Amino acid sequence: MSARIPLVGKPIERIEDRKLLLGRGSFADDIHRDGMLHAAILRSSVGHGLIRHIDVSAARALEGVHAVFSAEEIGRPVPRIPVRLFPNDGMDPFRQPVIADGKVRFVGEPIAIVIADTPAIAEDALELIEVDIEVFPAVTSIAAAVAGPALLFESHGSNRIFGYEIRRDELADIFETAAYTRRERLYVHRHTGITMETRGVVAEWNAADGYMRCWGAVKVPFANRKILAGMLDLPEDKVEMIEGNAGGSFGVRGEFFPEDFLIPFAARKLGRPVKWIEDRREHLLAITHARDVECDIAIACDGDGHILGIRADMRMNIGAYFRTSTTIAPRNVGQFVPGPYRVPAYSADVAVIASNKSPSGTYRGPGRFEADFFRERMLDLAADDLGIDRVEFRRRNLLTEAELPKPFPAITPNPVVTELDSGAYEHVLDLCLAKANWADKQHLQGKLVDGRYHGLAVCCFVEGGAAGPRESARMVLEDDGTISLYVGSSAVGQGVETILTQIAADAMELPLDAIRVFHGSTTYVKEGWGSYHSRSTVMGGNAVLLAAAEIKSQMLAAGAGLLQCSGQEVSYENGRVIAQHGGSVGLKELAGKDIAFEATFHNSKHTYTYGSHVAHVAVDAETGHIEIVDYVAIEDAGRIINPLTLHGQAVGSIVQGLGGALLEHFVYDEDGQMLSGSLADYLVPLATDFPNIRTSSIELRPSPNHPLGAKGAGEGGTIPVGGLLANAVAAALRDFHVQPTELPLSPDRIWRLVQDAPAQSGA
Amino acid sequence: MKMRIEFELNGKPVSAEVEPRLTLGDCIRHELLQTGTHIGCEHGVCGACTVIVEGDAVRSCLTLAVQAAGKRVQTVEGLANGDNLAPLQQSFQKHHGLQCGFCTPGFLMTAHALLTHEPAADEERIREVLSGNVCRCTGYLSIVKAVMDARPAYQANKAVQS
Ligand code: FES
Ligand code: FES
Repeated sequence: MSARIPLVGKPIERIEDRKLLLGRGSFADDIHRDGMLHAAILRSSVGHGLIRHIDVSAARALEGVHAVFSAEEIGRPVPRIPVRLFPNDGMDPFRQPVIADGKVRFVGEPIAIVIADTPAIAEDALELIEVDIEVFPAVTSIAAAVAGPALLFESHGSNRIFGYEIRRDELADIFETAAYTRRERLYVHRHTGITMETRGVVAEWNAADGYMRCWGAVKVPFANRKILAGMLDLPEDKVEMIEGNAGGSFGVRGEFFPEDFLIPFAARKLGRPVKWIEDRREHLLAITHARDVECDIAIACDGDGHILGIRADMRMNIGAYFRTSTTIAPRNVGQFVPGPYRVPAYSADVAVIASNKSPSGTYRGPGRFEADFFRERMLDLAADDLGIDRVEFRRRNLLTEAELPKPFPAITPNPVVTELDSGAYEHVLDLCLAKANWADKQHLQGKLVDGRYHGLAVCCFVEGGAAGPRESARMVLEDDGTISLYVGSSAVGQGVETILTQIAADAMELPLDAIRVFHGSTTYVKEGWGSYHSRSTVMGGNAVLLAAAEIKSQMLAAGAGLLQCSGQEVSYENGRVIAQHGGSVGLKELAGKDIAFEATFHNSKHTYTYGSHVAHVAVDAETGHIEIVDYVAIEDAGRIINPLTLHGQAVGSIVQGLGGALLEHFVYDEDGQMLSGSLADYLVPLATDFPNIRTSSIELRPSPNHPLGAKGAGEGGTIPVGGLLANAVAAALRDFHVQPTELPLSPDRIWRLVQDAPAQSGA
Repeated sequence: MKMRIEFELNGKPVSAEVEPRLTLGDCIRHELLQTGTHIGCEHGVCGACTVIVEGDAVRSCLTLAVQAAGKRVQTVEGLANGDNLAPLQQSFQKHHGLQCGFCTPGFLMTAHALLTHEPAADEERIREVLSGNVCRCTGYLSIVKAVMDARPAYQANKAVQS
């Protein structure tokens, strides 16, 4: 039999695309159910206050309105959203209620929900609800929240509501004795991964069976099923989450939001299907926000530029409440400052600060984008101060392969042990420099060419992936000899269907079209986890390998029976069970033998993709505008399943990082009003903004921690961008001695930095 | 107070009873149940809702359904020839011009209108026209490539209906 060419590693066009291109996708708002009603939500227009009184009578009386619910009707105590990741009892008082009860703490917080015949009537009814709110002073900035006196949670007595300590070795007196130290205050502004499809929920209650079905699930359908079942007091198997197509996640969408309770609640109460589709303003106000962290950071080096220690004192503004994934960024920002570098002594304290802004949580590269900005800025400042070339400075401090695996600094509370797994950090740095023509371009540093100053910067990063604990995959041999693969991984646009099909087809030695992947319902596997922390390929892929191994042995046993020989006398090849005596049976003949298996892959070890990026910028000192002249990125993903989709992830995540570094910004005023509540104000990258991006993914050091060898990728592109761009701008404007300490690098900020620069020269 | 309107959708006559305030996007999606056209912002910025009216790309979230009365309207559902992807759609698949696919119908209709009028549009022109549509996943490089690569099909004017 001819050798089968593996599909893993090939740029296979996506299976997902066809439906989407034909306009036959199934997004939340595409769901129409018989008798369906529509919901609209009244949200707080006040950043901080106390609800004195709500009068819904006029809204209820409007023709076409079926119900209006506030905390009163939902019943007290109002359910509160749990912390899904790294929960801690200390967070309990700060969890978000699914509807405001008493206090409101951010603009956009749900106060009441209207259910009506049409979305337009529901929206009309919102205007008829009278809410009397006693307005309190708000706090939005970290400084204001720390200073008070306004408190989000009065009984707690402070807006500092939690904290983490991260330590590696004692700093002792390093800062007193080191040859060189420098201290800075740095800040990464609030922005997030807004998705093109806004959130949406359709819920349908079947009273006879006591069964709740919800459409619109994204990212973590199994976790949300568990949370919802608990809130509705239903067994988990009486709640089904259906994930159709999901118009993006980036970590922010798909967590459990208030509406994920409110809509099913209304559907059950009214006995009719209910749909709610978020509008863009609601999305910007209430989607998971991210970043918003300041850092007092100090670095100590010896005279040769070896880092001796780093000390960081951080404050992360998480907004009004803890939600499902809020813990991740404050943990990561503390743990990822050392990155791929040798930082012998390290200490970070991260204070979690509450303010009257939207609650925050995970967004692509959570905490790592921020940590990399802090670290890479400090490295360039230190290198310059010490008169050491910036590349050379990094070489001296990058971890060598001999030093891996390298444990992360320890974190408390909720400690987890994780370590950098494998990597040739300096080698990839060299590859990146070569591809970017770094050496040839050094003469451009700080140079004025046609009215713009040129600057280049380079940085190195690590990206965590493959979060455990488990992922499931169930394979079933169907009557027609094809294989159905049911997975717990979810699709958020990353191409998981294609990738898992490739892995399964190779494992079963079959063509692509012999495998059909089913994902997107919590009924498909007993337990599933979803798509976050760049985990679908590694976790889902390994679960597929396990399932394939088991059903192959089932096939061998069944085939041996049919071929009337022993299990030792048969082998499996390209979808056939072959007997030593020459006979064979195909999968069709084995169908009906109940060949099926659900496998669970367990993993507690993370993977760490790593790489380097180079940016070449041209800065107009008069307008503050920054052009990306060239952007080069190389990452080692360990093993590449599909170069086409991986490249797509890499470019997309870099552009999102550039958006975060240069354009995107949630601006709040002192009263907690958001000033960037439309896509005309919250600027995202457009097709004309960043055309010059060159990225490649390589397979240099597979992850030693699991059979597939792939490392979670998809967030790495975002992580280094903030620090890299700030360093490139500093290089371009070096004659002005401009040192950006805050993001975004918006034209007005750059212009102001130039105006305020200690020394004017050039133009 | 509802009004009755008739127009041509993807070559077929359709009619609907609509309130004057209903947008064309909502009419197509929720009255006529053609859900390929997507609504991403409802304020004219994202371009996800782009459809073609009388040959021109328009934002169906800013167009009222009543304005389409008597006109020829084309949506993403009308691009393919049955189940066969049009060259533009094939090019998107080949170049991985979509990830989540939510923005895709808008990009396809914008590009289809552009290349129908200007089959030789250069890269800069393509970028400029596409800059009226937002994609959050791809970073645009693959979309621009896909549109550039579809030009020969429009130049040959084969297998493409406008
Ligand atoms: S929905 Fe029409 S432009 Fe965004
Ligand atoms: S493919 Fe997701 S927004 Fe464009």
